[in-house]
Amino acid sequence: MTKFIERHPLWAFAILVAVAAALWLIFATWPQGLEDAFGRKKVFLSAVFNGITLGGLYFLVASGFTLIFGLMRNVNLAHGSLYLFGGYIGYAVSVATGSWILSFVAAFIVVALVGVAMQILVFRRIEGQDLRQTMVTIGLSIVFADLMLWAFGGDFYQIQTPRALVGPIELPFVTAVKSSGEAVYLQYPMARLVIFAASVVIGIAMWLGLNRTRIGMIVRAGVDDRDILAAMGVRIQLVFVLVFALGAGLAGMAGVVGATFQSISPGEDIRFLLASLVVVIIGGMGSIPGAALGALIVGLAEQLGSVYIPTYAIVVTFLIMVLVLALRPQGLLAGR
Amino acid sequence: MSITQDAPLQPDNLAAASPMTGLARGDFGNPAAWVVGFILIVMPFIANGFFLVEIFGTTLILGIVALSLMFLAGYGGMVSLMQLTIAGLAGYMTAVLGASGNANISLGWPWWLATPMALALATLFGTIGGALAVRTEGIYTIMITLAIASAFYYFTNQNWVIFNGHTGINSVVTPHFWGVDWRADVPFYYVILVVAALCFGAVGYLSRAPFGLALQGVRDNPRRMAALGFNVNAHRVAAYAFASFVAALGGVLQVWNYRQISPGSVGVERAIDILIIAIVGGVTRPIGPFIGALIFVLLRTFTLDFLVAIGLDGNRFRLLIGLGFLVIVLFSPDGLVGLWERWRRRGESGQVQPGGDHHG
Repeated sequence: MTKFIERHPLWAFAILVAVAAALWLIFATWPQGLEDAFGRKKVFLSAVFNGITLGGLYFLVASGFTLIFGLMRNVNLAHGSLYLFGGYIGYAVSVATGSWILSFVAAFIVVALVGVAMQILVFRRIEGQDLRQTMVTIGLSIVFADLMLWAFGGDFYQIQTPRALVGPIELPFVTAVKSSGEAVYLQYPMARLVIFAASVVIGIAMWLGLNRTRIGMIVRAGVDDRDILAAMGVRIQLVFVLVFALGAGLAGMAGVVGATFQSISPGEDIRFLLASLVVVIIGGMGSIPGAALGALIVGLAEQLGSVYIPTYAIVVTFLIMVLVLALRPQGLLAGR
Repeated sequence: MSITQDAPLQPDNLAAASPMTGLARGDFGNPAAWVVGFILIVMPFIANGFFLVEIFGTTLILGIVALSLMFLAGYGGMVSLMQLTIAGLAGYMTAVLGASGNANISLGWPWWLATPMALALATLFGTIGGALAVRTEGIYTIMITLAIASAFYYFTNQNWVIFNGHTGINSVVTPHFWGVDWRADVPFYYVILVVAALCFGAVGYLSRAPFGLALQGVRDNPRRMAALGFNVNAHRVAAYAFASFVAALGGVLQVWNYRQISPGSVGVERAIDILIIAIVGGVTRPIGPFIGALIFVLLRTFTLDFLVAIGLDGNRFRLLIGLGFLVIVLFSPDGLVGLWERWRRRGESGQVQPGGDHHG
């Protein structure tokens, strides 16, 4: 941190100013002039919160994607299909059992098994050929998409939110002050906050797992140089399978999240594949903190964009990607 | 020489790829090539309107777009998924700048002004996209171009001012001059055929020109080329510019063909179709994309009838395409052209060489 400030004082200052401005926008009561120019604070705050929670969902999807790429150099373009499949599995389980938690477990396990099958049956056979593996994932995503269309049709599905999580919760953020001097606080759906908290917990758990455990050490060593790691006697194929299972399972779980607070239908696979791609291009391939930062940026850009410039919202996200590629092609937080 | 091989140039690859004069003789001295050319020219006297435009016209148009990908992937080693997006932008610009049924959007320029403008804009877009993509290496190209393609799709969907949202632009007016309606089946077929032949020839010529040879050098060993004094990135961006122009030509023909364009025509699935066409046909030779396109169009047109005839669900066209693509990628990475070449070589040498597959 201090090193960054020493090396890039101007950037550090700019980031500091931006953060201060953002904090002021979130916490201060907006003066009348700003509300006239920019719309009501409530709209802005909900867009920010939607962006952050959407970022949490993007992080869940993209972290698996970036983990798989980091270790295996495998750009899994079927990742969006895994997300969608997880959503369908979660829906089926939640309809059959009525349990929301169980649908997470089922989606994680089933999609992780699909990932294991993909790794063992397909990718192991063409290891070390990046481009060919990517082509195979494209083929698989077409096949998966059509099979899912076959099985589930073109309808929208939404998983019932558990009763305990339904309804808004009052947050300690002032949106406006009434003429009587009474402050109005932001109302926000409970479920979204819970899901965001869960993705933060998962993110921290992944970070700890990668940085503090033996298996995490092996995975990090594999990211750096998998040939040497294999030469040192680590059963690298087993590590590959485990990481693929974890990455796929996370995508499946994210599918349940997406099916709960949005909905799933054919086409969502491509939407989340795009989100994962942009997130990891911005954050840096193979980096978990990078995925978190990228997901936050993309989520915020998408939500704020769709509120303030609705017909050009996607352009904002895209321009951020272009900017990152132009200034720092390896991504914001790429290790190497 | 397959795109799936990113190892440095190997001697036997050199033998297969470098005698470009041999390739020229193979293409132009080959009687089969003359027969195919003759059949294509007399096609309007053989085939009826449906076959002429719906099958062969569409094949050639898709082939042109896939040819641009073949040029990038085969000679430049860059697999770009945004070629259809460039074609789509050219199509959109033809519709927006020219005249169409959506008078509030279209500017109503005459075709001879709108078309070059659309080509120029799409080429510019593709070149800028390429300049972005070459900032990173290898596998990242596919990700960045896929991100560009899908971002463009969502943009056309949500933007109503230029792209008219998800309804797109309908009843696009096609050129009509010298007393000929150039969208009538037979003239339009010849327009497509001429453009396709020019693109095919241009790609074949460029692959043997100094620029193309340098590009292939960049593909095989960028560091050595940089050490020799070649500007690696400039060659790559120039390749993108050329490929974008080819794709844009295909896009203009596409919009004249269907007379309408909507986000569905630039969707991610369509972009991946172009990749499938190029890979299935083979990206080692310019003829590959056209073979791939013919198979794709035939499958797309007749799968429904065929599947229903043998008692299956007729809607599983994409499943079939996906499986076929998987088979090709897994078992013959240089596509049908590569398969055919290997089969011919075996026939010549009279024996099957166990280690003959050096493309793995």
